[in-house]
Order: sequence, then C-alpha cells, then structure tokens
Amino acid sequence: MSVQVPGKLKASDYKSDTKPVWCPGCGDFHVRHSLTKAVAHLGLRPEEIVIVSGIGCSSRLPAYINCYGFHGIHGRALPAATGVKVARPDLTVICAGGDGDGFSIGGNHLLHACRRNIDITYIVMDNEIYGMTKGQPSPTTAPDWDSKIAPGGTGISPFQPLVIALASGANFVARAFSGDPIGTARTLAEAITHPGFSFVQILSPCVTFRPDQREWKKLVHPAPVTPTSDASQAARRVMTDDGFNIGVLYKGSREPYRQSVAREIRVERNIDEEFLV
Amino acid sequence: MPFRDSNRNSISIVLIGKGGVGVLTAGEILLTAAARTGWYGMMIPAVGPQIRGGESASLLRLGTSPVNCLDDRVDVLAGIGWQHAERFKSDISLDADSLIVTDPYEGEVPKFIADSGASIYELEMNALAETITGGRANMVALGYVAKVAGIKDFAVLQAIEKKLGRKGRDSISAITACVRLGYEQAVRASEVEPDTAGSTTDSRWLMSGNHATGLGALRGGIRFAAAYPITPATEILEWLAPRLSDAGGTLVQAEDELASINMAIGASYGGVPSLTATSGPGLSLMIEGLGLAVGAEIPVVVIDVMRGGPSTGIPTKPEQSDFNAAVYGLHGDAPHIVVAPNSVSDCVHTTQWAVHLAEATQAPVIVLSDQFLGQTNAVLDPVPAYTIIAERKLAEDVGENFERYAITADGISPIPLPGTPGGQYTADGLEHSANARPSGLADDHVVQLDKRARKINGFDYGRQWADIDGDGEYAVITWGSTTSTVQEAMLRLPAELFANLKLISLRLLLPAQPQKIADVLSGVKHLMVIEQNHSGQLYRFLRAFCDLPADVTTLHRPGPSVFRPGEIAERLRDWSQQ
Repeated sequence: MSVQVPGKLKASDYKSDTKPVWCPGCGDFHVRHSLTKAVAHLGLRPEEIVIVSGIGCSSRLPAYINCYGFHGIHGRALPAATGVKVARPDLTVICAGGDGDGFSIGGNHLLHACRRNIDITYIVMDNEIYGMTKGQPSPTTAPDWDSKIAPGGTGISPFQPLVIALASGANFVARAFSGDPIGTARTLAEAITHPGFSFVQILSPCVTFRPDQREWKKLVHPAPVTPTSDASQAARRVMTDDGFNIGVLYKGSREPYRQSVAREIRVERNIDEEFLV
Repeated sequence: MPFRDSNRNSISIVLIGKGGVGVLTAGEILLTAAARTGWYGMMIPAVGPQIRGGESASLLRLGTSPVNCLDDRVDVLAGIGWQHAERFKSDISLDADSLIVTDPYEGEVPKFIADSGASIYELEMNALAETITGGRANMVALGYVAKVAGIKDFAVLQAIEKKLGRKGRDSISAITACVRLGYEQAVRASEVEPDTAGSTTDSRWLMSGNHATGLGALRGGIRFAAAYPITPATEILEWLAPRLSDAGGTLVQAEDELASINMAIGASYGGVPSLTATSGPGLSLMIEGLGLAVGAEIPVVVIDVMRGGPSTGIPTKPEQSDFNAAVYGLHGDAPHIVVAPNSVSDCVHTTQWAVHLAEATQAPVIVLSDQFLGQTNAVLDPVPAYTIIAERKLAEDVGENFERYAITADGISPIPLPGTPGGQYTADGLEHSANARPSGLADDHVVQLDKRARKINGFDYGRQWADIDGDGEYAVITWGSTTSTVQEAMLRLPAELFANLKLISLRLLLPAQPQKIADVLSGVKHLMVIEQNHSGQLYRFLRAFCDLPADVTTLHRPGPSVFRPGEIAERLRDWSQQ
C-alpha cells in the first residue's frame, strides 16, 4: 500500500493518502502537519517510526501518516506503545491520542508510562471534549461547560495533566498549540529526541463542539520562562499559569527504562538442567 | 501399609501444621528424596488465605511409576501440630489402614481424624528436636515418614543438602541429626516392600506446571512477557523474568491486566513472540484486548491458570470454569484458539504448541491451565524438546501494491514487521480493507470475517488436537487436569469395561473439531463428558458443535476439591451397568 520513498524526505512524504475523518478546521490536521515536519526534520525513515494510538478523533492519526501504525483500543495506547518500544528499541515510537483516551479511560497508564520512563513520545491532542461521541465532558473540561450528559456542567474541576506527568516522573514535559505548527513541530522534534518518556499536551481546538476554542489562538503565548530541570518548579509554574503557556516546560535527566534487544542471547544457560533432581 | 495397592505402587502422605513449622519444606525434601530414590511423585502445597502463618499442608503422592493425580485415601498423615487441621478435611480421607503420626505435646488428634479408625503412632517430635541444638520438629517427622515410606536414607540426605545447603554446615548437621532421630523411631508398619527392583535411578525432573509452562514458552520462542501478579499464575512470571532476560528478552510487570495484554500485543506487533499469564479475573480484563489481536491479526499467547470463580472466587484452588469465558468471551465474531495442557509435563508441550499456533495463524491463543497443574510440584521424566518451531509468515518483499490483510486461500496474510521499508501499514481494531484502510463497507467486513475464520478453522492442527487411548463402545471426553484422574480411574475398572472404553482428552478446545470428534466417536454408543465445573461447560459446547451419540451423560462438579480416581471409577462402573 505504501510507496518506498528514496533520499531526503519532505513533510508531505509522511502523509498517507487516506482521507481523515476529522471535521474541516479541526486542530488535529495541524498536529499531523507538525508531526510530519518534525520527523522529516529529524530525518527519520517512515519504516523506522511507529505511531500508536487508542480510540477517539485524534487517535485516528496513525492511518493518516505514512509510517507503521497501530490503532488499538480505547485507553490502551500507552501499554501498546510500551510493548512496541521494549520489544523494538531500534524504532522511534510515538503515541498519540486525545484527552478522553489518555486522561480518563487510560489515566492509569499515563501514570505508569511516566514512571517507567520508556523512551517514547506521547502526544495528547487536548480539546477538552469527547468529539467522536459528539460532545461529552472529559477530565480537562471546565466544570460549568453545559452538555446533554451533564446539563449545566459537571461541577467537577478539570485536572492538570502536565502536573500529573511531572509527579509521575515524565522526563520531558511541554505544551503546544495546534495553531502554531512551526512551534509545535519544533517542540515535537525536541520531545522525540529527548531520552525517556516525553509528554506533549497539544491544545487542539474542536471547532464543531467547542467553537469557543477558536479563541485559543488569541490566548496562547510563549511561556515566559526557560525549561527547568526541577520538576517541582515546573509543576508550580504549571499550577499557577493561565493554562496557555506554550513551550517546553521541563527537561529531566532521569535514565530511561533499561532496554533489551530481543533475539540476542546474553547468557547461555541450559534451562533443562535446572529441573534435574 | 505403604503400596497397599500393588497395581499402583504408590503411597499418599499428608504433612500438616500451622504455617511456619516447615510443612512445605519437609514436603519438598520428601519429594526430592523420592526422585533421588528413582521414584516419581507429586506434591500439592495447600495453604490457607493468610499471607504468613495460618494453616498449611503438603499433600504428597510418591510411587515407583509415574503419578499424575491424587489418590482417594491417605496412607500416612503426620501432624506437626493440629491447629486448623479440619480445614483440610475434604483433602484427607483416612481409613483403618492409614497411619497417623502425632506428637502428644501438640494435643489430641482431631476427632474427625481419630474417628477414621486409623492407627495412631505417637512420635515426640518436639521433645526429640529439643535434644539437638537448632533442632526442628518437622525434620524429626520427615525422618520418620521417609523411613516408613521406604525412601532411601542417602536420598533424604542428598535432598536436604540440595534444598537447605545454603543454610550452612551447622544448620545441616542439626537437620540431619533430627532426621536420624526420626528414622530411629520409625517402625516399618508395612508388610509390602516398595518395589525398588522396578524403579530406576535415571535422572528425573522436578517441576511445577507453572514452571513447565514457562519452559514451554521459552522453547516456543517467547521473548516478551507483560503481566500483573495474580494467584495462581504468578510463578510463571517469576520463573520467566530472569530467564527471558538471559535469553535477550524482557518481562514487564504491568500496572494491570489491561496494560498486560496490550503490551504483549504491542511487542508482538513489533515482531517479538509475546505472552501474558493470568487467572480468571485477569482474563476477563484482557478480553477486549484479545478482540484487538483477532481484528488486527497479531499473534499473542494468554496463559490462564484457572481458579475457582466467578469474581475473586477461590484463588488458591482449581476449577475448569473459565472454558466459557475463553471460548465465548469476545464480542463480535472473533475466531481464536483455545488449548489446554492435560498434565504437568504437557504444560511444556502445549504452551510451546500455543506459541506456534499464535505465530502461524496471527491470532490470539488462550492456554487453559489450572491451579492444580500450575502449583503441583511433580517428579517427571525429562520432557524432551518438541521440534515444531513457531514461525510467522513474514512479508519481507513488499511491492507497491502490498496488502497487509490480503485475501489468501488459507486466510493467512504475510505480515511486515516495523522496519521493513515499504511495508508501512496500520494494524487496526477498526474493520479494514485488504490494504489496511479503515472500512465500514459490508464487502470488506464480510471478506475479512471470512478470512479470519478461514485461517483458524482451516488450520492443520495435526494429531495433537487430542490424546486418544483405548477403543470401544464407551467413551469419555475430558480435558485439562481432569485427564490424569480419569486415566487412573480407568486402570481400576473391571477388565471387560476397560477393554471397551476409549478416553479422549481434548488439547484443542477451540475451534471445535466436529469432523474429528465424529471420526473418533465412530462406533461409540455411550459417551460421558467429565470436567470440573458447575455447569458442564465443555459438555454444552460439544452438544452445540458436534454430532454426539444418543446416549450422552456428564460428570461435572465444581472445585475446590479435585476429582479423585475412585470417584470417577465408581461413576464409570455405575454407568456401564445402566
């Protein structure tokens, strides 16, 4: 199905010819563009990249990129990505999805993926809504956002995924905005290059169910600070900023999860002999 | 008294006591010593729910020929303390030929034991142990029981060295002295000498079914495992972790079973044969993931060491009650494979076979072991390496029109591994077209459903689909750990019934094999299905898919007590007289 592309690749070479299901104007188109720019800039070959996702609008991403893809089940993208990377450390593994997939049904996996610090990049396209099921609140939705399932709002404060990632041990934490494709591409390239678990929250508006998010482009601004290697300082900044600080917020130096290369025998041992009485 | 039944040449021993007194250690030494003597044997560690302390028992059966199930009765019961002994009541059947060994210091023998009419021997284990610095009552009991059983002294000493050698010289001397005190007290109550002439001193293996499963996985080529701890499957993981690492693979302890199955699928997508191991509650959590492996066509092996269910059920006891979950649990039309080992040594073979089936068919394979197989320690003949090599049909040469889910005659489509230039595709749980694009079209759905069914139903499972013994108008179909008990029950039947009885132990449970069942039941007039669950799950499955003789009956009952051969033999005799 895919054509082998020789030589230096352009961003457009990484786009597949499958037509996205996304609504016109969806922020996820820009995220796809930024990601293809990032991998083209890094000179990664399409066959050396695996994009893993779960379920949701943004989780459709793998089919729209000319790399190896894995479109699994709702909430389980990070475990699948973990399996791919541990089994095949030679590959560049990128995990992608939305706020419902990553923070609600898959919330537990986020904690443990950060803690394990496997060398993968996790992109969450956060639009504060379940779009594929047509407009329900997610863990990042404001408490007063009105919807059919929660008339008048949920009354529940949204949680702050970047702080959770920091507390759980992510090695790289950044926030990006889909409407800033060049900045996002730069951040993604840095996230992919940084060893260990990199978490990038991309504010990606849902123009259909959250038309108010069109305003985000006016609200976002570069973070007025340089990235820190102090997780508690980064967490304090995220907890006290306006939610629209864009840029790399934290760069840690924790050793990534120990890698193992399958099919290379390390220790010759005669297992049969262990059972001899 | 030992070897009362000369046809069986076996002795059943139970050591019982409160946790911490070394009942399990003594049992393991006895089992190892039996192996060194050239015997076979098995030991089931029985413990209460307490993490430490509480009651525990070692149920042993030792013999000069292979033993694969517990006997009906107990020959020797040694109480190193009797607290909570009644909790093991259902596992201990005593009679006038049995011998009870008790220490007066530990109080009266419980009434249900004394009432059996067994002879009682008072062995002052504690007082004798106190005469030796660092002495332990369990080792005095061990010496006594070993002598009564006819296990050779040298074998016991070697077993102590092997099991406890790390404790150092002084400790070993004290233990050895205690064992000798036990020996001296022993009276040979037996009139029948053990058949040592028939035994050999050939090398034996000592392994649990869970370790056997791990060995089968390694031999099959598994190099990635992800799992969450659960009783009674955890030993598979603990055994595999360092050995996978030495073989260049990895075991990841996942945050839950949802992660376990998805990690295994992810690793397998990357090209590394992968498994996870769990028990019923974990299997339930993995079911959605298994559907993904079906739809996206990714090989994966799931070991389910079954325990009493539903819900938390009886975690430390066996039951064959996850059959329905394994066979019918997946949503949608989801063809997959379910296999079951039928002995401890077969856990090696069947697990290796499962890896082969998963890799060859690009589908999930569930292996239904159970607590009895998994946690029994058995003395076996070495399990030879099995020659089938698991092989995935790889797409190495991908052209411009490569289709990942190509429609093929056998339903198996070559799979490119990430890293293969030009093979880029998205493995998808969404229905898809042959070229791996998401598709909701009726045509795509039907041809992909057909293809996925074809590769499972049309696969050549060979002769291993079942173990078949005997021939006649009567037949028993069974599976898993119940098989060994049926085999022994058959040996106790009247000769004319034995000669007219066929045993079919199904190793392949899904897909159903109606043609093979019809062939094997040709000439059979009476069929009994035997399984350990409350609702007759295999029986109902066979009725749904196979053409069975008009006269079909079942013997099914739930755990936690395993079937005993006498119970089955009696049912078979009654059945043949109806």
